[in-house]
Amino acid sequence: MKTKILPFIFISFFSFVFLIFYKGLKNPNIYTPNLNVEKNIPIFKAQIFQKEKLISSEKIFKQDKFYLFNIWASWCIPCREEHIFLTQLSKQEKINIVGLNYKDKDENAKKFLSELGNPYDIILSDKNGTLAIEWGAYGVPESFLVYDNKIVKKIIGPINEKSFLEFINLLK
Amino acid sequence: MASLIGYYSLIIGLFCSLLTIFYSIKNFNDNNVIKKEVLFFTFLQFFFVIISFLGLIVSFIISDFSNETVFNHSHTTKPLFYKISGTWGNHEGSLLLWLLVLTLFIFLFLLKSNNQPKKYRILTLAFQQIIITGFFIFLIKTSSPFNYIFPIPSEGLGLNPILQDPALAIHPPILYLGYVGSSIIFSSALAATASGYISKDWAKHIKGWVLISWFFLTLGILLGSIWAYYELGWGGFWFWDPVENVSLMPWLALTTLLHCILALEKRSILTSWVIILSIATFTLSMCGTFLVRSGILNSVHTFANDPDRGLFILIFLFSLIFLSLFIFFYFHKNENKNFKFFLLSKETSILVNNWFMMYFLSVILVGTIYPIFLEVISSEKISVGPPFYTKLIVPFLIPFLFAMAIGPKLKWIKSEVQNKINLIIFLVISFLISFLILKNLNDNFLLNSILLTSAFYLFFITTKDFMIKKIQNFSQNLAHFGFSLLILSILLNNIFSTEVITNLKIGETFKSKNLSINFQSIDQKDEQNFKSLIGKFEINSSKDESIILKPELRIYNQPNIITSEADIKISLLKDRFITMNSVQNQNYFNIRYQVKPLMIWIWISVLLISFAGISSFIRKIYEN
Amino acid sequence: MKFLKYTIFIIFSLNINLSLAQNDDIKSEITKNLRCLICQGQSVHDSDSEFANSLKLLVDKKLTEGLNEKQIYNYLTEKYGEWILYDPEFNENTYFLWILPILMFLIGGAIILRLLIIKKS
Repeated sequence: MKTKILPFIFISFFSFVFLIFYKGLKNPNIYTPNLNVEKNIPIFKAQIFQKEKLISSEKIFKQDKFYLFNIWASWCIPCREEHIFLTQLSKQEKINIVGLNYKDKDENAKKFLSELGNPYDIILSDKNGTLAIEWGAYGVPESFLVYDNKIVKKIIGPINEKSFLEFINLLK
Repeated sequence: MASLIGYYSLIIGLFCSLLTIFYSIKNFNDNNVIKKEVLFFTFLQFFFVIISFLGLIVSFIISDFSNETVFNHSHTTKPLFYKISGTWGNHEGSLLLWLLVLTLFIFLFLLKSNNQPKKYRILTLAFQQIIITGFFIFLIKTSSPFNYIFPIPSEGLGLNPILQDPALAIHPPILYLGYVGSSIIFSSALAATASGYISKDWAKHIKGWVLISWFFLTLGILLGSIWAYYELGWGGFWFWDPVENVSLMPWLALTTLLHCILALEKRSILTSWVIILSIATFTLSMCGTFLVRSGILNSVHTFANDPDRGLFILIFLFSLIFLSLFIFFYFHKNENKNFKFFLLSKETSILVNNWFMMYFLSVILVGTIYPIFLEVISSEKISVGPPFYTKLIVPFLIPFLFAMAIGPKLKWIKSEVQNKINLIIFLVISFLISFLILKNLNDNFLLNSILLTSAFYLFFITTKDFMIKKIQNFSQNLAHFGFSLLILSILLNNIFSTEVITNLKIGETFKSKNLSINFQSIDQKDEQNFKSLIGKFEINSSKDESIILKPELRIYNQPNIITSEADIKISLLKDRFITMNSVQNQNYFNIRYQVKPLMIWIWISVLLISFAGISSFIRKIYEN
Repeated sequence: MKFLKYTIFIIFSLNINLSLAQNDDIKSEITKNLRCLICQGQSVHDSDSEFANSLKLLVDKKLTEGLNEKQIYNYLTEKYGEWILYDPEFNENTYFLWILPILMFLIGGAIILRLLIIKKS
C-alpha cells in the first residue's frame, strides 16, 4: 500500500512543480511596478525651475482638469525622442503639462529647452531626485496623467505614438 | 574554418553518443568485459568535443567575427587572455564546456572503474550518455556556438568588462567541474540501484567522485565570491542572489552526501537516503542551470535569455527527475529496517548533520523559487533577500555548531562522550571570550553572543582535535577546523564591519571622530581597451598608520561601460576597501570606504576546507 | 592546557584591534532591505544608481520627519509594491515561504526521532 502512495505523491508533486515553472517561463523577469492602480498624487512643495521660489502642489494641480506630469532631464536621451509628442500635446487646450527637471544642471536644461522648444506650462526642479520618488518614479523619462488630483495613467519610459494617441483619446 | 570544424565535431560527437548507447545495449548481456567499441566510441566522443571546444577557442583568438558567438562576446582590442576566457564567458561557450566536462568524466569513469561489476559500469555509461545526448541536442538546436553570420562584421561587440577578470576567467571551468562531476554520481547511483549494487563497495568506489566534485564546487564558489567581493564594488562576498543560491544548493547536497556515504561505507545503512542525495545533487545542479539560463529569475548575473532554451532544459530536467523516480521506486528494495540507532553514536551524529544540512538547503530552495510560485499562482511579485535567509538560517547555526563539535568524537554503533569536564571548560571559555568581545555591542547582544560562543566552541574543539589526533582523521579535522574558522570570521566580520559613504570633490576631506579621508588627486591613464581615472585617497585613522588607496573608474571602449574598481589594502586583521563612483551631473564623487575585519580568513578557511577534500581524495588513491 | 593559554592569548590580541560599528545604522539597515528597481539584483544600499542615491536621501528625509522603519516600508510599498522589500512580511502571500522550511525541519526531526525510538520496541 505504502509503496504505491509514495510514488504517486512524488509524481504529482513534481508534475505540479513542472507546471509552475512552465508557466513561470512566460512571465517577464524584470520587475515593473503595477501601472494600473489609481492613486492620489503626492502633496509636496517644490522649487520652480530657475527660481528660488517654492510652490505647493495644490497651487499647481486644480480639480477638473487634465495634467501631464513629465519627468525629464537634459542628459536623458529618450527624453529627446518624446519631446515631439510633448510639443504636440502642449497645443491641446484641455491639458496642462507640468515638467519635473530631474537631477539636472540649470544651464544644460535651459539649452535643451531652447534647442527643442518648451512645451511645459510650469517646470519644477528636483535637484536630488527625491520628489520623483514621492511620485513613485524610478527613472527618466516617466509621465503621469493626472485628473482630479488622481494619477489616471502612468508611463514608464518615453511617450510614443501609441501612448500619445491614448492621451488624445482620453482628452476628448 | 575553425567554427566549421567545431560544428561538425559536435555532430560527430552526437553520433558517438548514439553508437555508444547502441553498443552498450548490445554488450549488456554478453560476457564480463566491456567491449572495445564502447570504450572506443566514448573516447572518440570526448576527442571530438575537445576538437569542437578548441575550434571555438581558435575562433575567439583569431577574432573570427563570422561566428555569431565570437561577434557577440569578443573584440579585437581585448587582451589575449580574455579572448580565451571569453570562450566560456557566454551561454553557448559555457554549455560547450559543460559538454566537455561531461564527456571527460565519463571517459575517466570507464578507465578508473575496472574493478567494478560490468553491468553497473555499462548502466552508468548509458545513463551518462542520456545526459550527454540531451546536452548535445540542446547545444546544437538552441544554443549553437558556431552560428554563421553574413555579411561578416568587421568588429565584435566585446565582453562585458566586469567579466574581464582573472578570477572570473577560471571560475566557470572550476565550478563546472563541480556541477558536472555530480552527473557521474547521479548516473552511477541510478545504475547501482538498477543493478542492485548499492553496497559498501559501491560507497567506497563513488566516494572518490563525490570528493572530486565537492572539491571543485567549493573552489568554484570561493572564486565566485572573491570576484564579487573586489569587483562588484560594494564590499560584500555573498548576496543571496539566485545565481549564488543555485551553486550553494548542490554544494549542501554534496556535503550531506559526503557525510552519509560514510554511514553506508562503514555500516551499510541509509541506502535509500544515499541514493536520494546522489540524485538530488545533480538534479539541483540542473535545476540551477534552468533557473539561471532560462531567465525565469531576476539576478545580477544574467545570460542572454531565450524562452526556447528555458523550455528545453525544463523538459530535460523533469525527464531526468521522472526517470530517477521510476528507477528508484521500481528497483530499489527497502533496506533492513531493524537497524539500531543509539542517541550517542556516529550514526546519529551523521543523521543530525544531514538534518540541519537539509534544513539549510530547504530554506535556500524555498527562498529562491518561492517568488516564481507566487507570481504564477497569484500574480503578486515579491523579493526574497538576505534578511529572509539570515533570519531562518542563523539561529539554527547554534545547535548545528555544537553538534558539529561533539559529533565527530562519537564512535560507531554506541558511544559515550569522553572528557566531559574538558568540554565544559571549553564552553565556559568560549562564552567568556564572546562576552568580552561583544560587551560594547547594543543590538542583538544575546543572539550574537550565543552564536559567537558556539562558533568559538567549535573552533577550540576542532583546533584541539587537530593538534592531538592522529593523521587518520586528518581530512575530516581539517575540514571541520576550516569550517569553524569560516563561521567565526564571517560572524566577526559581520558584526565589526564599518562603512562610510560620502560625497567628495578633489581636495576635500571627510572627517569623523576617528577617521579622515582625504581626496588628494585624480590621474588619467590609457590602457589597451579602457581609459582609467585613478583617484588618490589618504586615509588616517586613530588606530592605524595612514594609508594611500587608489580606486579606479574604468571607461571601457567596447562595449562602452563604466566600471568601478575597488582598491583594497589587505592585512591579516582587516581589509580596508574603497570605491569611488561618478554621480550624474555633479563634480563630486561618491566614495564608499569600508573596514572589514578578518576578510582574508574567510578565503583561507574555504581554501582549507577544499584542501581537506583533495587530501582525502589523495589518501583514498594512495590506499588503493 | 598550554595550548589553551596560547589560543586565548592569540584571540585576545586579535580582537582588541577590532572597532565597533557606528550606531547611526538604522538608515543603512533600511536601505539594505530595499531592492533597487534599476539594478534589480542589488539593494539600494549597495547600488550607486541615480534612483538608489535619491532613495537613500529620501529615507534620510523621512527619518528626520519622524517616520519609523515600518512606516517608511509602508510608504515605499505603497508606491512601488511589495517587491521593493527584501524581507518579505509575514502575510497571506508569504505563509508558505516562512513556514515550509520550518516544516521541513520538524519533519526531519520526526524522522530521526522515529529511528531512535524504534530500537526500544
